[in-house]
Amino acid sequence: MTDSDTWSNPLRDTANDRRLPRIAGPSGLVIFGVTGDLSRKKLMPAVYDLANRGLLPPGFSLVGFARRDWEDEDFAQVVHDAVREHARTPFREEVWQQLAEGMRFIPGQFDDDAAFKRLGETIAELDAARGTGGNFAFYLSVPPKFFPQVVQQLKRHGLSDPPSGSWRRAVIEKPFGRDLATAEELNAVVHGVFPPAEVFRIDIGGRAGYYDGIGSARDVIQNHLLQLLALTAMEEPADFDADALMAEKLKVLKAVKLPADLARHTVRGQYTAGWQGGEKVPGYLEEDGIDPQSRTDTYAAVRLEVDNRRWAGVPFYLRTGKRLGRRVTEIAVVFQRAPHSPFDTTDTQELGQNALVIRVQPDEGVTVRFGSKVPGTQMEIRDVTMDFAYGESFTESSPEAYERLLLDVLLGDANLFPRHQEVEESWRILDPVEAYWDTHGRPAPYASGTWGPGEADDMLARDGRTWRRP
Amino acid sequence: MSTELTGTTSAKINAALIAARRAAGSPAVGMVLTLVIVTDEENAHDSLKAARDASTEHPSRILVVIRRPGRSARRTESRLDADVRAGAAAGNGETVLLRLHGELADHADSVVLPLLLPDAPVVVWWPVDAPDVPSRDPLGALAQRRITDAYAVEDPPTQIKARAAAYAPGDTDLAWTRLTPWRSMLAAALDEVGTDVTGATVESEADNPSAELLARWFADRLRVPVERIVTEGPVVTAARLRTAQGEIRIDRPDGPVARLAIPGQPTRTLALKVRSTAELIAEELRRLDPDEAYAAALAARVTPPSAPRAGGSRDAAGGSRIGEQDTDDRRETSDA
Repeated sequence: MTDSDTWSNPLRDTANDRRLPRIAGPSGLVIFGVTGDLSRKKLMPAVYDLANRGLLPPGFSLVGFARRDWEDEDFAQVVHDAVREHARTPFREEVWQQLAEGMRFIPGQFDDDAAFKRLGETIAELDAARGTGGNFAFYLSVPPKFFPQVVQQLKRHGLSDPPSGSWRRAVIEKPFGRDLATAEELNAVVHGVFPPAEVFRIDIGGRAGYYDGIGSARDVIQNHLLQLLALTAMEEPADFDADALMAEKLKVLKAVKLPADLARHTVRGQYTAGWQGGEKVPGYLEEDGIDPQSRTDTYAAVRLEVDNRRWAGVPFYLRTGKRLGRRVTEIAVVFQRAPHSPFDTTDTQELGQNALVIRVQPDEGVTVRFGSKVPGTQMEIRDVTMDFAYGESFTESSPEAYERLLLDVLLGDANLFPRHQEVEESWRILDPVEAYWDTHGRPAPYASGTWGPGEADDMLARDGRTWRRP
Repeated sequence: MSTELTGTTSAKINAALIAARRAAGSPAVGMVLTLVIVTDEENAHDSLKAARDASTEHPSRILVVIRRPGRSARRTESRLDADVRAGAAAGNGETVLLRLHGELADHADSVVLPLLLPDAPVVVWWPVDAPDVPSRDPLGALAQRRITDAYAVEDPPTQIKARAAAYAPGDTDLAWTRLTPWRSMLAAALDEVGTDVTGATVESEADNPSAELLARWFADRLRVPVERIVTEGPVVTAARLRTAQGEIRIDRPDGPVARLAIPGQPTRTLALKVRSTAELIAEELRRLDPDEAYAAALAARVTPPSAPRAGGSRDAAGGSRIGEQDTDDRRETSDA
């Protein structure tokens, strides 16, 4: 609604006035599959928490779409209960009221034209009554097999075309295909309706429901770990916008090379019954609803190389698994030993390798491991750590991942979202590994509660290394 | 863990802090700043509570300086008493209550300086009466950030004048902090209308310093005449921006719910609650660099519209137009 492109808001003085938060502009969110677990446990509470922090625009509207015979009030009640149970910020009636006024529910199936027509009318009604300005994000919290149908329906009913001066965005969750071919197919379907820059991909580790037959390599390595690898190995981006970041990450992903001998440098595993943290747990093949013959990998480890000048000769080991010793996400940069050590070998017997460990989750922080002389008259060097924990210096916890992601979607800030090129590059890396595994052997068994199969230890031993214990 | 020390020194207090930390089993903690609260006995409790609540976001060493000069400094014994709290008793971080008796009350900086965390930033907060020139105050001079509160004093208009005259980079006032939700909503509303503003109005109870700063912010950023209207309150009740397309209005007649009206759009409700002192302090501690927007607003001159507005219906609603800072009413409520 700007008069001209040159008008700038005099109340915004971004250089000097740093208190004003980034509030999303007028907008609404449409959730498909709103009755699902993720929606109730994560999305709805995140919407409330954002509103409570004053980061949503007045008039923000939430539309649920699902196969339920609900009225708007029933939907509001479900959201209310979800917020009460799962929101991280205190419940405040006035914030709830502000939010509840903008809640609508559309009952219907994805092939139901009448329901999508009603969705269109609801959006028009919200624009008029709540001032959402035609800006809507469509969150597809549905199994991937429904993506084509939902986006086609949005297109057919003109919902994916933004009115002039507004935007329409799509949010999709992993899995982004199960190999390069299916990923390309999925991207073609979604991009046929929404331009690439308006598609936001969300990858939060560990979603159940589609695991069997997919496995941990496809589930976690394909996107999550390769994203972490790209962020670790990339050169500094020219600036901090989404395009510059993607350019650097993509360069790394394109330079990633698989080892020539996949038998020696990749390992997959499957957990067996065991004791995990004092609790007796069944093996993967004994889990409910799992085919006893399943060859799905619940553990995967691969060695990769980044074939560029900076990383020449530096191996990157990625590993992921279910039912391991504990739940942790870390990036460890292990440094080479100094070319010359002035100490005797007996002095440095207890000295390990210096390392920089970035703890992604939980207990976010950074640890540096290095050697220190043990007090006393004898010369003895031992490993010590220097530690920074977010939880110590900022007791206010970081915003919940979904809070941040939803806000970024509404602001159109794509920094944290992988683009389709990155997804496709990641599949290019992983596809040969999966193809090799499909034709060679079975996953190696490992007892629940351990750090994976012995084969993975052998894999590192061949390189003269050992895994860190996280 | 709490340790009381009478007739003590900064060195002994430091030793007690280290002992308390060891006892709590955390020999090193990641405290990010030292917050010095300068107050009297009467306000110490509430200020400390607010600071502790804020420390959940910013773990800090909190030094509460309570001056007790006595009736005649010469006849009162010069003495330092301290109450050292660490671990669970001190929220996140450490707290030391310092009571400065007699002549020592004039030399608080000598007590505070050895107790500052090494390298970490220092923030000084005067919950009620601040010195005329905070940056030249011996304690204020130690700090990167100096927090005053024009709302907590007897005569806010005079206080605002003094703050403007004495401003130095690093000064800030909670009357300004209280405006952040208003300012962000107004900026967002103007984003939507996307046109020039021709005039502005701020409505509040008499002598509300936040309203004064809001008017000055408008004057500084918009370069338009700003009208001030006195209402029954509480605190700031409305802000209006006139544009060629109509009026942008936020009305908060009472309570936490406000209404936002934007030309050509439906009126919407808005949660705009009055925030607690702890929340305000937490916001203040988030950035410790000079607040240039505050400096510019503080320095701005508000010019009322030359001709009275037609109608006068506003007057009928219980308000009367006032010039800048010409009444002397006392505040009733305790926040903005």
